Amino acid sequence: MFLYRLKRTVKLGVKSLWMHRLRSTLTALGIIFGVSSVIAMLAIGEGASRDAQEKIAQLGSKNIIIKTIKPPEDQSSIGQQQTLVEYGLTYDDAERFQNGIPNVQVLVPNRRLSHQALYRNRRASIEVIGTVPWYPEISPTRVRFGRFLSTIDMHYKRGVCIVDERVVRELFGFDDPLGQDLKIGSDYYRVVGVATEQSAAASAAVNQLEQRDATGAKKAAGANVGGIYIPLTTVKDRFGETTMQVSAASGQTLERVELQEIIVQVQSIDMVLGTRRSVETLISRFHKKNDYEIVVPLELMRQAKDIQRIFTIVLGSIAAISLLVGGIGIMNIMMATVSERTREIGIRRALGAKKRDIVFQFLSETLLLTLAGGVLGIVLGSAIPYFVTQFGQMRTAVTSGSLVLAFGISAAVGITFGLYPAIRAANMDPIESLRHE
Amino acid sequence: MIEFRESPKAKADMPTLQMKNLCKSYQLGTHELRVLRDINVSIYAGEYVAIMGPSGSGKSTLLNMIGCLDRPTSGDYLLGGQNVAVLDDDQLSMIRGARIGFVFQSFNLIAQLNVVENIEIPMYYQNFTEHESNRRARELAHMVGLGDRLGHRPSELSGGQQQRVAIARALSNDPLIVLADEPTGNLDSTSGADILTILDRLHAEGKTLIIVTHDEQIATCAERVIRLFDGRIAKEEYNKR
Repeated sequence: MFLYRLKRTVKLGVKSLWMHRLRSTLTALGIIFGVSSVIAMLAIGEGASRDAQEKIAQLGSKNIIIKTIKPPEDQSSIGQQQTLVEYGLTYDDAERFQNGIPNVQVLVPNRRLSHQALYRNRRASIEVIGTVPWYPEISPTRVRFGRFLSTIDMHYKRGVCIVDERVVRELFGFDDPLGQDLKIGSDYYRVVGVATEQSAAASAAVNQLEQRDATGAKKAAGANVGGIYIPLTTVKDRFGETTMQVSAASGQTLERVELQEIIVQVQSIDMVLGTRRSVETLISRFHKKNDYEIVVPLELMRQAKDIQRIFTIVLGSIAAISLLVGGIGIMNIMMATVSERTREIGIRRALGAKKRDIVFQFLSETLLLTLAGGVLGIVLGSAIPYFVTQFGQMRTAVTSGSLVLAFGISAAVGITFGLYPAIRAANMDPIESLRHE
Repeated sequence: MIEFRESPKAKADMPTLQMKNLCKSYQLGTHELRVLRDINVSIYAGEYVAIMGPSGSGKSTLLNMIGCLDRPTSGDYLLGGQNVAVLDDDQLSMIRGARIGFVFQSFNLIAQLNVVENIEIPMYYQNFTEHESNRRARELAHMVGLGDRLGHRPSELSGGQQQRVAIARALSNDPLIVLADEPTGNLDSTSGADILTILDRLHAEGKTLIIVTHDEQIATCAERVIRLFDGRIAKEEYNKR
């Protein structure tokens, strides 16, 4: 019985809306655009947020990265032909972190250099990462083929390297890189393993961070086509720690930097911030020059989340306002419809319709309109992010939550803005409305 | 909830419709306008009654009262043994839907619905099943001679055909009384005559008909004529047939 009534009411609603096709379509458009903008806005916001979080997560949420940065130059050094500037993190620092700070689970000291690599007649600028065998523990980098560095490599300062997949593409082409020799600087290195490359997103994030350091070597890192991992001890032995920097301000400068970064991993995420404070206290005692920077991916992630939340709220409210406007449009049309159909209401009342039957009739008409608008809006709203991704090179993510939300909002709009006209229709005097022309 | 089925107490000699000292007045500012005064009337099952009177005589108000669209200011109105004066709005709607069949001067069909759907409206509000109401609507449409127009919209029908749909609609809920307000007022004489023939046939089948008109010609079709003047029943006369 109830189903029959529902079916009848829906059928009647469709007929009445069909009578005024153009009007119904225009009214539904308000809702369609409202709903689709809610979905599209949330999808764009969500996509951007996931993107940022993924980038940062690549850096490791349990990691604390202490980086060397070039301290502000002394005025006195200007004009001197050649100077030796010594700054940055040292092996002593690494030892102090290892021994002096509780909760440190893994500690990785890294040396990073920009260099040219040569294989047969092919050449590529790469980043040499002098690191330790347990580097993969704190990084998303994984070994694809072969092996990573071993303690024996470290101990004997062997000339071995692990190349990442980008280097393989650039230098080796179709050759199997394992067992081949690469020339970096004046020495040859045997390739013992292939590692996954850091995803474009992650390296972009790293580059973003690196652009803040003042070291010329680091700035150039952005242009590198890949990374080659070499034992830290080998790098120290073969490349030394002194590099020549040429800058317009001070001419040639010799710089001595022991380590470019020390990455510390703690046992669990809630220890990150406490450990960061310990690291800061410890390092500030030994570095009077401001030549280091502490990057905590977890903090960046939180900041990014906060920014994204604001972003989502702003976009969401703009979209919600357009839905509200759509809702007001619907209410307006329904008021007009009710007064236009006064006579029909009178006839129905005379033929036995109760007030609640009339309310139900007009409310279901409004609901049909908004729900149809909602469905079309969902379709359109899911299509917009697709095109944004396709043509705008921007990541988007349509979440099922946003679909439910948008549909729920359109239903709520239908009920809210449909109720008043419907009640007004029901409260009309049947005698008056029968006489209405 | 009130039960609208005929109570066992209702006997054949009990009037279908009975008004006792019924008054209706409207408040116009400080002035009280008394539209109906002391109406006493009984109409029995199967009667064919015409209500006549000049404009302003309270005809329309009495019609609204009989049709349960309005409640009396004082006095009682019993319809099938039920006192309408004490019912609330929902109950009035239910009693209209269950016991009254309306035929209006201007047909009052719903434009977006076809013939069958228009006939189904009263049944829709009376909890008929889908199958039952559809079958009944088709039957009634055949009965008024519109068996070949079932899917037509009111705008595709002539005035006379529209009024026949309206009559079918008025019969669909099997009412106690069929209430017709100037049923031929908007029709040419041929269509009007058709409608009167149908009404005669209904009367012959035992329906209780009340027809409100100012046309003497039409009133002669009825068995009994009630003449209103100035809100009172001025005269009741029986037509010889």
